[in-house]
Amino acid sequence: MATLEIDRVRKTYGSMEVLKEVSISIGDGDFLVLLGPSGCGKSTLLNMIAGLESITSGEVRIAGDVVNDLPPKDRDIAMVFQSYALYPTMTVRQNIEFGMKIRGIAPEARAKATQAAAEMLQMGHLLDRRPSQLSGGQRQRVAMGRAVVREPKLFLFDEPLSNLDAKLRVDMRTEIKRLHQRLGTTIVYVTHDQIEAMTLATRIAVMKDGNVQQFGPPQEVYDRPANTYVARFVGSPAMNIIPGRLVRTGQEAAVEFSGSNGVARIDGITVSAETAQAYDGKAVLVGIRPEHFSLEKHAGPGLPVQIDVVEPTGADTLAVFQLGGVEVISRLEPFAVSSGEAVTLAVKTDKVVLFDATSETRLG
Amino acid sequence: MATNATSLRRQRLIGRTVIYGALLFMAAFYLMPLWVMIITSIKPLDEIYAGSFIGLPKHITFEAWRSAWSEACNGTACMGLKPYFVNSILLTIPAVLLSTSIGAINGYVITKWRFPGSNVIFGLLLFGCFLPFQAVILPMAQTLGFLGLAGTLPGLILVHTVYGIAFTTLFFRNYFIGIPDELVKAAQIDGAGFIRIFVSIMLPTALPIIVVSCIWQFTQIWNDFLFGASFTAGENAPITVALNNIVNVSMGRKQYNVDMAAAMIAALPTLIVYVVAGRYFVRGLTAGAVKG
Repeated sequence: MATLEIDRVRKTYGSMEVLKEVSISIGDGDFLVLLGPSGCGKSTLLNMIAGLESITSGEVRIAGDVVNDLPPKDRDIAMVFQSYALYPTMTVRQNIEFGMKIRGIAPEARAKATQAAAEMLQMGHLLDRRPSQLSGGQRQRVAMGRAVVREPKLFLFDEPLSNLDAKLRVDMRTEIKRLHQRLGTTIVYVTHDQIEAMTLATRIAVMKDGNVQQFGPPQEVYDRPANTYVARFVGSPAMNIIPGRLVRTGQEAAVEFSGSNGVARIDGITVSAETAQAYDGKAVLVGIRPEHFSLEKHAGPGLPVQIDVVEPTGADTLAVFQLGGVEVISRLEPFAVSSGEAVTLAVKTDKVVLFDATSETRLG
Repeated sequence: MATNATSLRRQRLIGRTVIYGALLFMAAFYLMPLWVMIITSIKPLDEIYAGSFIGLPKHITFEAWRSAWSEACNGTACMGLKPYFVNSILLTIPAVLLSTSIGAINGYVITKWRFPGSNVIFGLLLFGCFLPFQAVILPMAQTLGFLGLAGTLPGLILVHTVYGIAFTTLFFRNYFIGIPDELVKAAQIDGAGFIRIFVSIMLPTALPIIVVSCIWQFTQIWNDFLFGASFTAGENAPITVALNNIVNVSMGRKQYNVDMAAAMIAALPTLIVYVVAGRYFVRGLTAGAVKG
């Protein structure tokens, strides 16, 4: 159990800058997810925390100690890899005990730790098999077992669920969360899957091109994305980003969208006085999550739209329409609308997020 | 319907017969030299000179084999192939083990512990695979002279080891490149170092390619004539050189039966190696990455 501080860490390969001054710090027992598309530097950052890659500049501190120059084995960490990285010629038991053997732990203690881990991960019957005789989910369990017996200060997970099929991925996700709840160990977890990030994390760092775009609790990242990149990356379907115009209306503001059939308008958006002042009459990007639309039963104020396509998912219906010149997805109740229908939609105005039209960062 | 089925069956029978007939003929054609060798080696010399070359012997004798093994003359001495067979074993086994071990370590370093310029070094090593034997003979002879190993078995072991590294490195490099780097990372986090990872993780997975490398090197070194003839002399010669000398000795009647027996004795070890480990050879050459 430990805190982790990543302090202005940079990584360059020759003239190529892979990480640009990344600073993240998490507390004891936190579950940090590094979220981003491939090539954003998240795995590089994880490898640097692990000690598998050198740190060009900046500091990584585990439990307050600078670990920059420590080899991986002295950092008191354990890591689970995407390909599981089980030693193919060893049995499950030997895989789990390999690290303890090297650290010179007595055979009885090794056997005890292995047994405990096997019970926790329900893989006691697998101990004498070889990795090639295991299914993907079982291999994942073994890889986790190998990490658990180490009792490290820090668990590192590198896209551990990417090689599993959809159903198993959900099961193992729960398994990992349970592991975290039970052990309370600080975890750093790399993924490109925003659902994994949302479900597992206590802190998310959204990364792009070697920069941290936003760092915060999942709900904050979801509700108040720092920029349109984060807004589009987190959530499925993604947040709608609609070009519009801000209009000041007393204490509040409204946004207007121009379309082929006149101007649509959403009233009652809360903005700071400065923003209202600065952006009055100017172009903004309006971020609305699909679930923040709802069908307005009674005629009245709202967004009149023409439904284009309807995609029922069972639990709800995704309805697509045009607004402000872009395609917008709304999440409505099942059978609420049908394609081609003209309806009026209400918007949860307190959830609407505004972004600057050029910098695409969130307005206060 | 019934007649149709019968004619179909007959057609297939004819087809099979033609195919198997052709295959048998080709196999027989290919095995003919071996047949001649075996038959000749167990005939008395008089019978051979009487003109029977392909036919079965009237009188079977293993005298030629005994002679080839322990009596045949090679121009300087008449001790048969035996001492040279021993030479070849003393030469081949260390050279195979050394070149395979070095190749394994090279392949491991080149794939899992890359350093600036490691690709260039691998490229240069590959160059060695395409270098003809003849091109290195003079510089090699000079080097052996400097080292004081000229004309000795250790000298020849050195030559074969150095020359073999190019091939063995290529084998192991291509094998290890298919083993995920994450395996090494996981072992590093487990606390294993350079040697531990090599011995406990990489080598056990590399069994097929170890076999391939050993067979390849064994065949190359056992069958080599040029290096043997160039860098050894007299009693230090390997079996290939001795065989050549025995066959080329021209005193009296040419002893075809002894020549054939000697040639087969010289070829036997590689044959045995292939029969015993051949299936690993095919498996090793076709094996890609380790599943896991």
